[in-house]
Amino acid sequence: MTTLLIIIVIALLGITFWQLSKIVKLSKPSDSNDTEIADNKDNKNQAQLMLAFTVFLYGLMFYSFWEYGKLLLPDSASEHGHTFDQLMLISMGLLIFVQMITQFLLHWFAYKYHGKKGRKALFYADNDKLEFIWTIIPVIALAGLIIYGLFSWNDIMNLEETDETLVVEIYAYQFDWRARYAGNDKTLGKANVRFIEGVNQLGLDESDPYTEDDVIVNELHLPKGRPVIFKFRSQDVLHSAYFPHFRAQMNVVPGMITQFGFTPTLTTEEMRQTDYMVDKVQTINEIREENSIELEAQGDMALEEYEFDYFLLCNKICGASHYNMQMKIVVEEEEDFDAWMSEQQTFQELTAKK
Amino acid sequence: MSVVLQHNENGGAHEEHHEHKQTFIEKYIFSYDHKMISKQYLITGLIMGIIGIMMSVLFRIQLAWPGESFWIFDALLGKFSKDGVMDPSMYLALVTIHGTIMVFFVLTAGLSGTFSNLLIPLQIGARDMASGFLNMVSYWLFFISCTIMLSSLFVEAGPASAGWTIYPPLSALPQAIGGSGMGMTLWLISMAFFIASQIIAGLNYIVTVLNLRTKGMSMTRLPLTVWALFVTAIIGLVSFPVLLSAALLLIMDRSFGTSFFLSDIYIQGEVLAHQGGSPVLFEHLFWFLGHPEVYIVILPAMGLVSEIMATNARKPIFGYRAMIASILAIAFLSTIVWGHHMFVSGMNPFLGSVFTFTTLLIAIPSAVKAFNWITTLWKGNLQMNPAMLFSIGFVSTFITGGLTGIILGDSTLDINVHDTYFVVAHFHLVMGISAIYGLLAGVYHWFPKMFGRMMNKNLGYVHFWITAIAAYGVFFPMHFVGLAGLPRRYYTNTAFPYFDDLADVNVLITVFAIIAAAVQVVFLWNFFYSIFYGKKATQNPWNSTTLEWTTPVEHIHGNWPGELPVVYRWPYDYSKMDKDEKDYVIAGQDFVPQNVPIRDNEEETMH
Repeated sequence: MTTLLIIIVIALLGITFWQLSKIVKLSKPSDSNDTEIADNKDNKNQAQLMLAFTVFLYGLMFYSFWEYGKLLLPDSASEHGHTFDQLMLISMGLLIFVQMITQFLLHWFAYKYHGKKGRKALFYADNDKLEFIWTIIPVIALAGLIIYGLFSWNDIMNLEETDETLVVEIYAYQFDWRARYAGNDKTLGKANVRFIEGVNQLGLDESDPYTEDDVIVNELHLPKGRPVIFKFRSQDVLHSAYFPHFRAQMNVVPGMITQFGFTPTLTTEEMRQTDYMVDKVQTINEIREENSIELEAQGDMALEEYEFDYFLLCNKICGASHYNMQMKIVVEEEEDFDAWMSEQQTFQELTAKK
Repeated sequence: MSVVLQHNENGGAHEEHHEHKQTFIEKYIFSYDHKMISKQYLITGLIMGIIGIMMSVLFRIQLAWPGESFWIFDALLGKFSKDGVMDPSMYLALVTIHGTIMVFFVLTAGLSGTFSNLLIPLQIGARDMASGFLNMVSYWLFFISCTIMLSSLFVEAGPASAGWTIYPPLSALPQAIGGSGMGMTLWLISMAFFIASQIIAGLNYIVTVLNLRTKGMSMTRLPLTVWALFVTAIIGLVSFPVLLSAALLLIMDRSFGTSFFLSDIYIQGEVLAHQGGSPVLFEHLFWFLGHPEVYIVILPAMGLVSEIMATNARKPIFGYRAMIASILAIAFLSTIVWGHHMFVSGMNPFLGSVFTFTTLLIAIPSAVKAFNWITTLWKGNLQMNPAMLFSIGFVSTFITGGLTGIILGDSTLDINVHDTYFVVAHFHLVMGISAIYGLLAGVYHWFPKMFGRMMNKNLGYVHFWITAIAAYGVFFPMHFVGLAGLPRRYYTNTAFPYFDDLADVNVLITVFAIIAAAVQVVFLWNFFYSIFYGKKATQNPWNSTTLEWTTPVEHIHGNWPGELPVVYRWPYDYSKMDKDEKDYVIAGQDFVPQNVPIRDNEEETMH
């Protein structure tokens, strides 16, 4: 029955298109040529459509910047992130400038020089000077961006460990994150997947004394203003640790330890208080309230009110639940961090329990 | 029954007409004729394109209305849709196969396969490819590879779903995701066939361009299409074997217990024996092809657009030599920038600096090309045929998409936009939409050469404008979703509330995507209807200078009925004036075909 229905639908669609093409044929004015090659009239009509399209394109661009510009991430919550934001701003400014000019020229020429009876195109094959100019301008602009970018890149990637530095291991597996702090000895104990057993879910080497005071948690706490170096380790497949608010990302690769570092500059509480975040959270809660009405009508629970928290996302396809692999991050003042840390269980305490 | 010309090396000095009855199989299936093979590539590519685009519509529906039930999911996805709600693993499978099909099967084989086969012999004045047999083999290997890829959609645990980049360990371990079982095996086998097909085809193209150019057709008189297709074949030959090696090593890791890419893995409660491999090695091997691949996709489109733009602007392409130089520069640079896909892969940051440098360099030849196209339009006499509109559209999307490459190519900025929707928006505009525009422009322009009939121009206009609006409608707002920090390949972004405010944009994008997909039906209708009932084409409908338009409308084996044409000039003598600047070189005709000798009343250009 369904098959029959599908066949009928396909047949009807076919007939529709056959009839449509007839309409297209009939709707042609009788004086038009039917060579299917653009004639004077087509050139004129299409040129006008080109102009209309240009209006659409610029409209879309302005609308997007106006309406979706507010969706962008807030100002960086990490130290190096300010360099990142600055470079992004400069690059974006340049791109938007070039985009506006080149798109205008392209579409304007397409409109202005549309074919006309009697119009002669200019035989203009070469101009070394012009080509030199538009080779050298991108060279200079790009040289600037490259130099700026490379200096920032070196600063960001050259991690120096000092006494002050907090070293944290981020451990990824399908489909969750764990964090491991080095504890009082400031050294992460050895680990390998081959040691995974029972409560020792991260595969710490129990024979290594440095593991004893390591602290394993599933919520990442960071003290404000202290440089952190993350050491990433994966248990199974590739993951990527993405901290969008801190302008930080590094892949997590099974079989090797990768690293990245940053210094958080805004506590969770401070971020919540920014105008940006107040607005954003309000918008989200309005959406959630609307959805809740719908849910309640169906007899489901209403959604809880949302409050902002930093998070770490997985950003490398890692399996079916990739989309929901995240960890909460709390940035707090040093003393709050210390207080929190003192409440945590060390690895030794964890294993002693069994 | 057709008249067959004896193939002859010295241009057909001793032609001999004889009747030869070709069977259906010889003519349409196992054909040696480059024109038929080109049609086979095109139609196969279009069918794969329909499948690939349909998949994108499915997952766009899921992204706009996550978790909602749709009858179309039930109808198409079977057990991967429970009560009409798409399964997360099916989402990943669709994304993976969409990427694979569009990049390899549509834009590599469908685009360069079609136009290399059609245009290389016709535009250089050759009777056929250097080896008709290898040409046939390359198509049929491609066909086999398509069949295997499509068959993988029907295996029990689902098709490959580790993303089109198939990074191990995810792609190596069926325990990690269902699609990495039989589905992945079929993916790898299919790609092995595909690579074989590309290498054979590429060798053939290169040999043909180097050896079979007709008398007078020096390299600097080649149309830019042939230059682009020639260089594309070279890049393919350099990089595809590396992908094959990556695929072979992956097959060994999967099936024979080696550890090229795997080390220290604990999954599903057990430790695997693999030790010492590195997924980063795979990434290097993959992107050694993967990056040149995007130029394999875009260079032919650039070539087609240059040619179509000059013809329809009735002007020479501006800066012909600069265009060739930039093709060569792009081709060279394309092989040394692959690391920009891996800035945050864990490789040494110093390598990141090097790749930033080479990557941003590639913007220079790209900028030169864009400026040259714009200047080609300046003071032209633009004939607004559908092919011309798609060419202008190409330049527009190439610029929009290309500019954001400057952000992604900068290792510092890549940190935070890597693998977000910003990347998706960037590459879809710069190589997806642009290359598709190039393909469509080529189809509209050379349809009369392929099928001897014209496509309906009004349907062409409808097709172009709706596509152009919808394509920008999909991909321009998508940049902002990426800059908001949303990772790609997420089944839904509503698992946590932070991205809830993106819901409206996602709906908008999906609506535009559905419109864009739906309007392609107009094109398909126009294409297939015109093959049989289109208006009969004249020999040179676009008043073009290149050699393919000197062949008869009816296809004959050997292309030219008499001797091969001799070439006296470059391919862009449009609107060239005589010495007195009073009239065109040929009075009343604004173009001089390549096979017309230099006249007394014109100045000789350097070509």
